[in-house]
Amino acid sequence: MKLILTVNGETHEVESIWEGESLMHVLRERLGLPGAKNACEQGECGSCSVMLDEVLVCSCLVLARQAQDRSVVTVEGLAPPDDVGVVQQAFIETGAVQCGFCTPGFIMATEDLLRRSPAPGDAEIREALAGNLCRCTGYEKILDAVRLASARLGAMG
Amino acid sequence: MQATLQPRDLADALAARAAHPGALPMAGGTDLMVELNFDRRRPERILDLTRVAELAGWDREGDELVIGAGVTHARLVTDMRGLAPGLGIAARTVGSPQIRNRGTIGGNIATSSPAGDALPPLVASGARIEMASASGARSVPLSEFLTGPKRNVMAPDELITAVRVPVAQGPQQFAKVGPRNAMVIAVCSLSVHLDAVEQTVRTAIGSAAPTIVRATEAEEFIEGVLEERGAWERPGPLPASALTRFGELVAAAARPIDDVRGSAGYRRHALAVLGRRTLSWCWQEHRA
Repeated sequence: MKLILTVNGETHEVESIWEGESLMHVLRERLGLPGAKNACEQGECGSCSVMLDEVLVCSCLVLARQAQDRSVVTVEGLAPPDDVGVVQQAFIETGAVQCGFCTPGFIMATEDLLRRSPAPGDAEIREALAGNLCRCTGYEKILDAVRLASARLGAMG
Repeated sequence: MQATLQPRDLADALAARAAHPGALPMAGGTDLMVELNFDRRRPERILDLTRVAELAGWDREGDELVIGAGVTHARLVTDMRGLAPGLGIAARTVGSPQIRNRGTIGGNIATSSPAGDALPPLVASGARIEMASASGARSVPLSEFLTGPKRNVMAPDELITAVRVPVAQGPQQFAKVGPRNAMVIAVCSLSVHLDAVEQTVRTAIGSAAPTIVRATEAEEFIEGVLEERGAWERPGPLPASALTRFGELVAAAARPIDDVRGSAGYRRHALAVLGRRTLSWCWQEHRA
């Protein structure tokens, strides 16, 4: 049976999938969208975070079939090709990106946080990003990036 | 694996469960997807419960909350404030935002891990689990539903439909020990609930016995102290000795083992601390 889902606004039909396959695998291996990273495959690292019907999830823990007829947004869908969004720009400017592997997951978690809470305090930021691991930055620059993105989005109204 | 079953209502879900006893029921997938991803489990097929409308919401019926099995931890965090605060606090300690957005209360109960974070507050509240099959429905207290580590009384043709939780009649607290504030499986955990109407104290210990256990001696001890002092009517400070003794009795009720997350001795020590701490938080809230 075909898997039909919308990813970044575009409807995709995947001819055949293994019934135990994760959404992450479909995104990366069948749709050629490598933004969601494959790391722990157990929901521990947050690197595969995407929005599923506007809810932040680990795509490795979503059965692909559960995304049937649903809408997914990955990091690739946040800005037009060759452009970046406010959150992405803030990560670049503050040095929140080192090796970059965890970055898409952090970007998605930050997007989710700032949609729910445009001016979060530090405790709220830490709680919102608790499901994303970074082994390079020590997190301080990432916190800077979230604060900067929050300030800029606030200024834009 | 055969084609995934995706019923849209409970009747179809129960029919699918009856017709395909080998199908693995899955809701949020936060435990089961790990087993699939790592080749630890190969069910003949999956019964996806995420589209079953009847499981998705919760309602208040008089003095009880009826929480659908598909309600996520994220929703418990926001919706249970003031109604079942201990459950909301515990739900907030589950995993991460991503995990709380997917994992469900029904999944936590069906998995029946002694470390399931929703279980201690539900046992302390006296929650009942509602199950259904194509041939009928039944309801059992959670304390009887759980029979051992990852074991419960569910029959192969049953699904959990809802949890019935009495609305809180006093302060409730939950505390959990782990290496960090998020993404940890409990080393041990404790719920303490005060019922200011019935004038009772209820406890439930997580992750320190084969299943969730109450510390009934601790409950009886502190209820005696409160009664003797007339403290429900005139809530003054609790003596430090009573808090300490309560913690000791909580620790004594545990039956912990040594495992990768902690030693039995550490768990007992930590439970004594949690007992003291959660009771004093509850009592402060009651006095205020």
